[in-house]
Amino acid sequence: MTEMGAGVDQLHEGEGGGLLDVRGLTKIFGALKACDAIDLSIGKGEIHALLGENGAGKSTLVKMLFGALEPAAGEIHWKGQPVAIHSPGAARHLGIGMVFQHFSLFEALTAAENIMLSLDEKTPILQVAERARELSKAYGLPLDPFAHVGDLSVGERQRIEIIRCLLQKPDLIILDEPTSVLTPQEADKLFETLETLRDEGKSILYISHRLEEVKRLCDRATVLRHGKVVAHCDPRQETAASLARMMVGDEVATVKRTGSVDAGGQALLEVRELSRPSANPFAVPLRKIDLLVRSGEVMGIAGVAGNGQGELFEALSGEALQQNAATIRIRDKDAGRLGISGRRLLGAAFVPEERLGHGAAPQMRLSENLFLSRHVTDAKALMGAFGTVRTGALAKAAARIVKVMDVRKSGEDPEASALSGGNLQKFIIGRELDRQPAVMVVNQPTWGVDAGAAARIRQALIDLARSGSAVLVISQDLDELFEMCDSVAVMHDGRLSAPMPIAEATFEKIGLLMGGATPERSELPEEAETA
Amino acid sequence: MRLELIKRPQHSVLFSAISPLIALVLTMIAGAIMFSVLGKNPLDALYYYFIDPLRETWSLHELAIKAAPLILIAVGLSVCFLSNNWNIGAEGQFIAGAIAGSILPVVFPDFQNWLVLPLMLIMGMAGGAAYAAVPAFLKARFNTNEILTSLMLVYVAELFLDWIVRGPWRDPGGMNFPETRDFHSFAILPELMPAAGRANWGIVFAIIAALVLWFVLGKTRKGFEIRVLGQSPRAGRFAGFSASRMVMVAFLISGALAGLAGISEVAGAIGQLQPSISPGYGFTAIIVAFLGRLNPLGIVAAGFVLALSYLGGEAAQISLGLSDKAARAFQGMLLFFVLGCDTLIHYRIRLVGRAPQVREAAEHV
Repeated sequence: MTEMGAGVDQLHEGEGGGLLDVRGLTKIFGALKACDAIDLSIGKGEIHALLGENGAGKSTLVKMLFGALEPAAGEIHWKGQPVAIHSPGAARHLGIGMVFQHFSLFEALTAAENIMLSLDEKTPILQVAERARELSKAYGLPLDPFAHVGDLSVGERQRIEIIRCLLQKPDLIILDEPTSVLTPQEADKLFETLETLRDEGKSILYISHRLEEVKRLCDRATVLRHGKVVAHCDPRQETAASLARMMVGDEVATVKRTGSVDAGGQALLEVRELSRPSANPFAVPLRKIDLLVRSGEVMGIAGVAGNGQGELFEALSGEALQQNAATIRIRDKDAGRLGISGRRLLGAAFVPEERLGHGAAPQMRLSENLFLSRHVTDAKALMGAFGTVRTGALAKAAARIVKVMDVRKSGEDPEASALSGGNLQKFIIGRELDRQPAVMVVNQPTWGVDAGAAARIRQALIDLARSGSAVLVISQDLDELFEMCDSVAVMHDGRLSAPMPIAEATFEKIGLLMGGATPERSELPEEAETA
Repeated sequence: MRLELIKRPQHSVLFSAISPLIALVLTMIAGAIMFSVLGKNPLDALYYYFIDPLRETWSLHELAIKAAPLILIAVGLSVCFLSNNWNIGAEGQFIAGAIAGSILPVVFPDFQNWLVLPLMLIMGMAGGAAYAAVPAFLKARFNTNEILTSLMLVYVAELFLDWIVRGPWRDPGGMNFPETRDFHSFAILPELMPAAGRANWGIVFAIIAALVLWFVLGKTRKGFEIRVLGQSPRAGRFAGFSASRMVMVAFLISGALAGLAGISEVAGAIGQLQPSISPGYGFTAIIVAFLGRLNPLGIVAAGFVLALSYLGGEAAQISLGLSDKAARAFQGMLLFFVLGCDTLIHYRIRLVGRAPQVREAAEHV
């Protein structure tokens, strides 16, 4: 662990002095010190990493820098002058731009309209769209400026945010987990862009928990834990493990993929020539998807957001039915015409991407949310005479899941919306695991979940597979797929590639498929390989 | 300085239970202020409002007569509102039920035996349900806005009733008054205690309906289905429930109960069909449903409170010469305080001052 100042990058420190200097910045929510006397300095032409687990205070800190929150105490110096940043407008005026992790976009408006809203000067919409198109081409962020945000995937929405920020030509760009929805090649392109911007003398505050990325890209790093700065260091002189220790304050549990998969295991989930026309003009149609997951196997589906993963999940879960019953088979029974309850009765379990509002009803208690997905399969245990709900049995089952998955909550049986994202996800996954399903389909199992919880979730899914179930994981996070899966297929534009055993898969191969290329056409840099 | 509403992680069960009482007390305080500003003795006014109608047995019976249709309709509406179906047309379903239920005594006056009344009640429920099925079908099939369609059907029902009592169903021996013939004795809903007052079995139906729906909504899977589809449709679909089927179920239940209220009113308090059979019960019941916080037991209490405020308003008008507008304002305050208390159970208020300025802050230009 390097202390402040010791490992300062020699190259960029001398070039123009401090651009941003933060001293003792503090923010208190109720009894919680979200940020406690944070010190941070960013030089001109420097890529500075802000590292920390979910809930470490990264988002709060950058919201204060961007004027979205007002600090309780502390000073911000910008180009040597003390400043108060009262609003995002003021921040933009100073030359601070931000790409949010949770997007601040109006769903009813188009991409170009959203971009126009953030511009101070009045620019005709067509001109905005044109500039957005140029930038999107220049930085490899494909985007239709006239698409409505409501119809776009998470990844596409983030592209709007990045382009919107770049349009402002800021001196300091704050990027909050920007690569989480990009292919490795797209991420490489983004890094090139960021390096170009650095060479132009711009500074970047780069928030991430992806350590390899930070080591590769960043000149300096500030590590936060529980709202406090635990270290300033040079990430290039640290190892991923030492950075992780600083972030978590402890060794991170590594996920163990023990045992090998029996190639002749029983096929538990079979999909044959699944096609689905798009439900609206912006949805992705599914094209002849074939898929087979065997007992004992974890199969991953990689892909950039918005390539049909959501549509595939709905088709598998039975929220959308198929024309032909034999299109989807669960445990050797035709399931294509069965709804989600029928498929659950065949032994399948589902975890959707959206936690609040899809996987769980936000205003309902945890025990009620347990009932949500289990009321058919566990009718015997959970229901009494006259269709009554046995609340006692429900509370007991919920408490069991809370214990097994280590769900942290306040109160006995809080509403789902009162839990943090990671804890709610642990509960939702635990709710399905508790049934020991024969087939488990999970969409984005650890999106926005902190490292400790993510490791727990991944391990639980692997253990489920090893106990004889078939697990299908749809994820945008390649690290996650490489950590968990026995084989990986890639989804692009509604098509699914043939699965590749994990031993043969590399970031580069998968990344190319994610970009829609065939494996032969390889002209991209080698260093994407980080595993 | 500004106010912020912050969601409480868990709301207090105790305060949920007593919030209507707190609201009632607050309404009385605010009402007393309003009455004294109007130059009336506030104690007198409150007395006529809340005590006078409760003093005599016969007026307690009147209270039950007014509360019965309000409660019946409102518990049905609670199913609709909880499942996010905005049935605003209970008044029309009330009338449709009254007309359908009146077919036997009006068109077949010679069919007289003990079967008549049960058949009338069933036909009344069927009529109300059938009338509610129209907006439900339109919503489930064509995604029309049920607020508009159900509301517009109210006027259709009102005009149809007006036409039928002036036209085909007019009492042949009724001196050309726009009324149907009086119902024969087998078609009259019996009074509970004829010696003491006019209250009839309608209030019993209302309380049974409230108890049954309280059980269904609170204790059964069907109730869970209704709530989850109302709060979070996508999660409801994930649970395996069908939103379009719920539209039909909710409208049919609330239509049937409104229809039962309609036929009970006609066969009970009125005894015949007239051009106007409801002082807006179907609309007032919307307020009752929300005052009762969509909980059937709360609705029973709310139904009596609203019935009381109607009777009290009349009493205050007669005794103190208070304008009926003042009575309306009084009801409005009641609604305001109940909804206010309800909000504060789920949220707390925080006063936010300007955050302490960053030291030596220099506003950038």
